Amino acid sequence: MANQSKSSGIEKNWGRKSQGSVRAEASWGSKPTNSLDDWLAIEENGDVTAFSGKVELGTGTLTALAQIVAEELNLPLTRIHMVMGDTARTPNEGYTAGSMTISMSGSALRQAAAEARRVLLEMASEQLDANIDELNIRDGVISVISDPERKTTFARLMGGKAFNREISEDTPLKRAQEYHIVGKPTPRLDLPDKVAGKPSFIQDIRLTGMLHARLVRPPSVHARLTRIDENSVKDLPGLVKVIRRGNFIGVIAEREEQAILAAEKLTVEWDEKPTLPPMQDLYDHLRTIPTLDQPLRDDGNVDTVLNAAERQIHATYYQPYHAHASIGPSCAVADVQVDQVTIWSSTAGPYPLRGAVAQLLNVPEESIRLIHVEGAGSYGQNGSDDATADAAFLSQTVGKPVRLQWTRAQEFIWEPKAPAMVMEIHAGLDSQGNVVAWDYHAWSPTHVSRPRMAEQLLTAQFLSGQAASPPRFSFGAERNARTNYSFSNQRITIHWLEDSPLRGSSFRSLGGAENTFANESFMDELAAATRVDPLEFRLRYLSEPRLREVLLAAAEKAGWKRRPSPLTKQTGWAQGRGLAFAQYENDQAIVACIAFVEVDVTSGAVRVKRIVVAHDCGLIINPDGVLNQIEGNVIQSLSRALKEEVKFDEYRVTSVDWDSYPILTFSELPEVDIVLINRPEQPALGAGEPTQITTAAAVANAIFDATGARVRQIPFTPERIKTAIGDV
Amino acid sequence: MINNLTIIVNGRNHQVQASPDTPLLYVLRNELGLNGPHYGCGNEQCGACMVLVGANARQSCKLPVSDVGQAEVTTLDGLSENGELHPVQSAFIEEQAAQCGYCTNGMIITTSALLWKTHHPTDEQIRVALDGNLCRCGSHLRILRAVRRAERLMWG
Repeated sequence: MANQSKSSGIEKNWGRKSQGSVRAEASWGSKPTNSLDDWLAIEENGDVTAFSGKVELGTGTLTALAQIVAEELNLPLTRIHMVMGDTARTPNEGYTAGSMTISMSGSALRQAAAEARRVLLEMASEQLDANIDELNIRDGVISVISDPERKTTFARLMGGKAFNREISEDTPLKRAQEYHIVGKPTPRLDLPDKVAGKPSFIQDIRLTGMLHARLVRPPSVHARLTRIDENSVKDLPGLVKVIRRGNFIGVIAEREEQAILAAEKLTVEWDEKPTLPPMQDLYDHLRTIPTLDQPLRDDGNVDTVLNAAERQIHATYYQPYHAHASIGPSCAVADVQVDQVTIWSSTAGPYPLRGAVAQLLNVPEESIRLIHVEGAGSYGQNGSDDATADAAFLSQTVGKPVRLQWTRAQEFIWEPKAPAMVMEIHAGLDSQGNVVAWDYHAWSPTHVSRPRMAEQLLTAQFLSGQAASPPRFSFGAERNARTNYSFSNQRITIHWLEDSPLRGSSFRSLGGAENTFANESFMDELAAATRVDPLEFRLRYLSEPRLREVLLAAAEKAGWKRRPSPLTKQTGWAQGRGLAFAQYENDQAIVACIAFVEVDVTSGAVRVKRIVVAHDCGLIINPDGVLNQIEGNVIQSLSRALKEEVKFDEYRVTSVDWDSYPILTFSELPEVDIVLINRPEQPALGAGEPTQITTAAAVANAIFDATGARVRQIPFTPERIKTAIGDV
Repeated sequence: MINNLTIIVNGRNHQVQASPDTPLLYVLRNELGLNGPHYGCGNEQCGACMVLVGANARQSCKLPVSDVGQAEVTTLDGLSENGELHPVQSAFIEEQAAQCGYCTNGMIITTSALLWKTHHPTDEQIRVALDGNLCRCGSHLRILRAVRRAERLMWG
């Protein structure tokens, strides 16, 4: 594989070999299995239990996977029971990441269910003395079509028995035209319990004899503990233990409120040093960090053509740190006994995390059962993995089950952030306004540092006082650095930062959102510079009909009128529209987004009134699930674009609550109109992330259309918009 | 100091043991084993911990249990009666108005209080009522539709 390969990140040990990042992240450490019993079981009553190594992260994949199994077996959805992300029961499918659950686990389960169907039909054929093609399979009953009284059931054939059979890749799958469950709007299977207050979340796990824990974390990123006075809490009721090792401090109490009180009252002193750059210098600072440069693509002769071009245009775009900001701070429950460890965690990677925790506890990996239980939505790596390790370590110190709850502030401060990035683009235009050269540069640390080894866990870093080794892998920033536009001379370079002031890790779409913000803002800048309609400008460089169709579908839905941006100068609340387009990962779902905004030209305040999205993710499994994901992505990415920025001073993160890290509220919502393009004959592509990436550029372009002012730094605060208007 | 306290939750008197300044949230979750209200911020900023105190939606994460007195507390767990979901709960299912579902408790509690007091709220009233409830997954549009559906189910 060469550097030209799509979405290649760098693995330093291998030099510059590439690795498909979506697939790599989602399959890290996974161990594929072809044994049918690993994926599917027929229960005594003929119901089906399906096992997925992926986990439900609040996106509805449990329901979609159940639909896939139900479809192949012609069973009602109510008779499918999903077991997900339990190291004692499910296959190892690595991480739940990269919108890959449907394509990875879904494909595996579909093939497994088809295999089970074949076995059941073969057995029924023998039992009923009829050919397979004479049989009907429905609702767990297999009958002879010409004589329905000759029948048997799943329960009778296979109830409670093992298949002892490998899944064959040749086993035919049901044809899409015959689908009656897949492709239909299907209510979420997990929702009835959640609206009724039934136990649904990691926070709801309660064990007999369970103790409650809280952490006392350092006040700043690199602080060192200098003094702890356990006498300050010795009289508190219910206190079981204060654990101090290295810079790790935890308190364990009988009752939750007692643990909270003990964490508050414990007297500790820290030595703090200013180790972070001043926030206003962040982007300059990033450009001073040593880099490993990776050319993702270098077509034609960029330098020569760019230098000789009729016009040269360039722009730089800035992405701050973003917090995952899960509504529920991370929580985990662990019961560490001498020979058996059980851990309940909202991790996205039960097996890889189990390996890391085994190292931390110094116990054999096989002695740990790690069971995924849903947490609040995580959108990447939030604090869950670290909280799991914290809980396990605390439980080990007392030999009793411990429930650890991170505080809101701890989640904001210590969760790994979506990394800050700088993107710079140079383009050359010829005398007709055609793009003749395109030179893209992104500066970014790795977007992926999900723990596979103990040292990657915060717990271990606090215990040892050692930072984690520099990441062995760098990837994520390459995602959607390339566009799907056909420029003849283009170069795409990722400058991998070897360090990051704040710890970073995966956030929904990794670098896809940041790169698309830059690429699609810059396309708009080029269209404006040449006085061409932004839709028309993009269509010139898109030949593939499937891509064009998505762009045109959004334009039609939005009532797009072809004209250049910006509009003539407006006063008061200026109105504008903006467009952005991308194919996620350059070969996954295709998205076009059009935003309509109003900008108060005096104050710079912006209201986003309406967002139109056209979306093609191939075969749609659950249309309502896809709509839900698109709406959610649009609102979340709009929140990120308009409001979000992790703040810090030279010592510490200062975004610690919802006042210092505000997100979009109900009063700030746009209308969202969605066009779903279903392609039943195409593979099903993930829908959990693609619409995360186009919103920021669409909004920036709409602000430009309304005001002629270009905002190139996220978030688009009124101050920044006002400044940009002043610069026009 | 741990005291014996009596609180009225979901239509029943409960004897609980807690120090009087313990936030109601922890008493509901840990003493009564209820799962509806969730810890979200501990700072009355997000709404995940909401319960009905009387007819009012209140955040329970800082509210001392001793302040509740003899007011009737209703949690998400107690909104349904005899296994039948409250219309607001039904509306949230019918509109599929959730993703991860962690904020759903507060959304349903706020909506219940709003529709009890204002049978036919304006769009503005709904948005303002829900502004204290944060959702990170972006289920807002569905939640707004669920409020309208609940309004129809409750008041026609």
